[in-house]
Amino acid sequence: MKALRSLIDKIKPNFEKGGKLEAFHSTFDAFETLLFVPNHVTVKGSHIRDYIDMKRTMIIVVMALMPALLFGIWNVGYQNALATGSEMAFWPMVMHGLIKVLPIIVVSYVVGLAIEFIFAQVRKHEVNEGFLVTGMLIPLIVPVDIPLWMVALATAFSVIIGKEVFGGTGMNIFNPALLARAFLFFAYPSHMSGDYVWVSGLAKGEGIIDGFSGATPLANAAAYQLDKIPSAMDMFLGFVPGSIGETSALAILIGALVLIVTGIGSWKIMLSTVVGGLAMGFIFNSFAVNPFMEIPAWHHLIMGGFAFGAVFMATDPVTASQTEKGKWIYGFLIGLLAVLVRVLNPAYPEGMMLSILLMNAFAPLIDHYVIEANIKKRKKRAAAAAKIS
Amino acid sequence: MPKVFKIRKGLNIPLKGEAEKVFTRAELAEFYAVKPTDFPGLTPKLSVAEGDKVKVGTPLFYDKYRTNILFTSPVSGEVHLVRRGERRKILEVVVKTDSSQDFEEFGRSNPKELPREQVVEKMLKAGLWPTIRQRPYSIVANPEDKPKAIHISGFDTAPLSPDLDFAVKDEEEAFQAGIDALNRLAEGNVNLNLNADYPPSNVYTKVKGVKFNYFSGPHPAGNVGVQIHHVDPISKGDLIWVVNPLDVIIIGRLFLRGIYDATKVIALAGSEVQKPRYFILKTGASIANIVADNITKNPAELRFISGNVLTGAKIDADGFLGFYDNMVTVIPEGNYYEFMGWAQPGFNKYSFSSTFLSSLLPGRKYALDTNLHGGERAYVVTGQYEKVLPMDIYPVHLIKAILAKDIDKMENLGIYEVAEEDFALCEYVCTSKTNVQEIIREGLDLMIKELG
Repeated sequence: MKALRSLIDKIKPNFEKGGKLEAFHSTFDAFETLLFVPNHVTVKGSHIRDYIDMKRTMIIVVMALMPALLFGIWNVGYQNALATGSEMAFWPMVMHGLIKVLPIIVVSYVVGLAIEFIFAQVRKHEVNEGFLVTGMLIPLIVPVDIPLWMVALATAFSVIIGKEVFGGTGMNIFNPALLARAFLFFAYPSHMSGDYVWVSGLAKGEGIIDGFSGATPLANAAAYQLDKIPSAMDMFLGFVPGSIGETSALAILIGALVLIVTGIGSWKIMLSTVVGGLAMGFIFNSFAVNPFMEIPAWHHLIMGGFAFGAVFMATDPVTASQTEKGKWIYGFLIGLLAVLVRVLNPAYPEGMMLSILLMNAFAPLIDHYVIEANIKKRKKRAAAAAKIS
Repeated sequence: MPKVFKIRKGLNIPLKGEAEKVFTRAELAEFYAVKPTDFPGLTPKLSVAEGDKVKVGTPLFYDKYRTNILFTSPVSGEVHLVRRGERRKILEVVVKTDSSQDFEEFGRSNPKELPREQVVEKMLKAGLWPTIRQRPYSIVANPEDKPKAIHISGFDTAPLSPDLDFAVKDEEEAFQAGIDALNRLAEGNVNLNLNADYPPSNVYTKVKGVKFNYFSGPHPAGNVGVQIHHVDPISKGDLIWVVNPLDVIIIGRLFLRGIYDATKVIALAGSEVQKPRYFILKTGASIANIVADNITKNPAELRFISGNVLTGAKIDADGFLGFYDNMVTVIPEGNYYEFMGWAQPGFNKYSFSSTFLSSLLPGRKYALDTNLHGGERAYVVTGQYEKVLPMDIYPVHLIKAILAKDIDKMENLGIYEVAEEDFALCEYVCTSKTNVQEIIREGLDLMIKELG
């Protein structure tokens, strides 16, 4: 490590002000701090500081995403095997999945980080670690057969329009990863919905056995084909078609556990989202006029992107409600709206994405009312005190 | 037992190097200093020049805008040096002690029998007025004001802080006299806030003329600002004064003996102190002789702090104890690079969050250093400050109001109820490494400037 450190110290002056490679200062700094926690000491205020920093926070989220990613990779292979009727063993399925998924991840990271580095350099900021998570989220919420250039375009859109125009990580209004998905959804709907995009190779129709549909459970439900919905156990475990990382509620649950135990993800938002979804599900159950409204409320939690959205998207601290009371309201409304959109909207079978984006827009308003309540309390007290004296 | 205020939010940072409960009477140090920087917002004017002879209680400087507020020498000797910083700002007035200690005489008296003006007058003259600070703003109180109450926190919960019940031992008489004097100043009660988790010292429990409030819970339960917030929250226009218990004793001595005797018991603590223990010395003392031969490393590798690790001031190895401080902490400096530090399992990395495996090993104590452990970032994580701030205040929104210099909003969000020390834990736990205390002080200064 000493050799590496001295190498960095040797080349560092080139990247500093007046150096030959000054234009790459932020990039250099990003890699240097990735390798070595800097030697900065406290100058003002508290002399000791917690070991936690943004890198640690973000890497925990990435770790929490790993079960969903690994399962997703396997499931891509598994779904392909089902579609083609071929007998594949475990490792070939994983291999197939890797070949399909890895390029998407690479494209997402390369494009996103390149843009982040450029903006950091122009702004003379340090590179923020937020994209480490966004870059992993984007591949997990797209269909496997998506063309890579679309991934690149959507990532660029989400980083520039979704984040950098607002001032970078921490300043954005909408969850960047969801924005990337929404962009794709509205710009290229044929690649983002329907029954053919969720299983690799299905769109091209090569070697697909007759009668294989490739529809997601949600699409089945929206078409009132309740008999075609897979068993609840299959949906919970994730043996169904869908976006790469969203199918397995179990894998997502493991991730949720990591986020809750480490305190990185807000359990309040996760819980209230689930409660909101269930509440809306029960309301539909009691007024059911069509088969979709009849499906058990709790099935909504394991269908489509509900679990993934509740655990990894709704909990994004930047775009969620920032007050603790607000988090309850925010999560509850996300769950409620997601199921509402799902069941009542004829155009989109999945409501989670739109419901979270909508609540992203309303989160500041929720916070505003929570803060106003606090202010009112304080003013009331002041008025009472003034009366006494 | 009266009502106990249970503080649930907060954090006791498990640091190594707690002071052992042994008194050592420190020898008279060669140098003592009074530091204008201990008093936020003060513009000092010198009353002495280098080379002047001073007695104990002779004014060294005074407040330019409230000229009756004097800051006096804790020892007798000769003004050795006036250390100045940028733009000739006075940083320290250093006095070199002589062998005989001569005292200015302020006269003995029973504060109970004195009118309020004379109590104020006496404290002003002896340089003891600055021991009284006001909330809002956490600045030296104005002698002309009449506060609705005075609060004294009888215990300190900061990391490694001294056991104040131990530090006030055997000072019944002076403590009572100090309380009597304070009772002449306030319109309302003098509140003595005690820790409900253990039986408090006799010095506290036997004192007459105070209202007792009991608190339990983690740091910052011992912060007087947090206590006031629960007992008697400050609204716009309210005025509350606060005094440290060790200063109450010094005030008491003034009335009992007619002199300024700044002797107090402080703790010397921290992971880099060989024998952490208590010392009896005077405010403003150079720490040179108490740390000499009692530290583990070369002083260049250490951080010396007058005060605790969260709110104290950085001083040199021969620096001086601050006016309000009750401890000196020595911890390692953290100016090193750490390879992939953020990615390690972290069994030895203490964190308030549970993101390091150290959280699987509760009850351990740590030698934390001054490394920032990461780079400064914009706010991303939310809900973190709220977990360590036991006040009905939205900390991040208040901070943002301060940064935006929005006076109305600051007022609405509770700026009157806070001081920088109350936000010290927020600063410690902050993932984005924001200098929260500095921002709060800027906010308080802005309020003083705008509203007077």
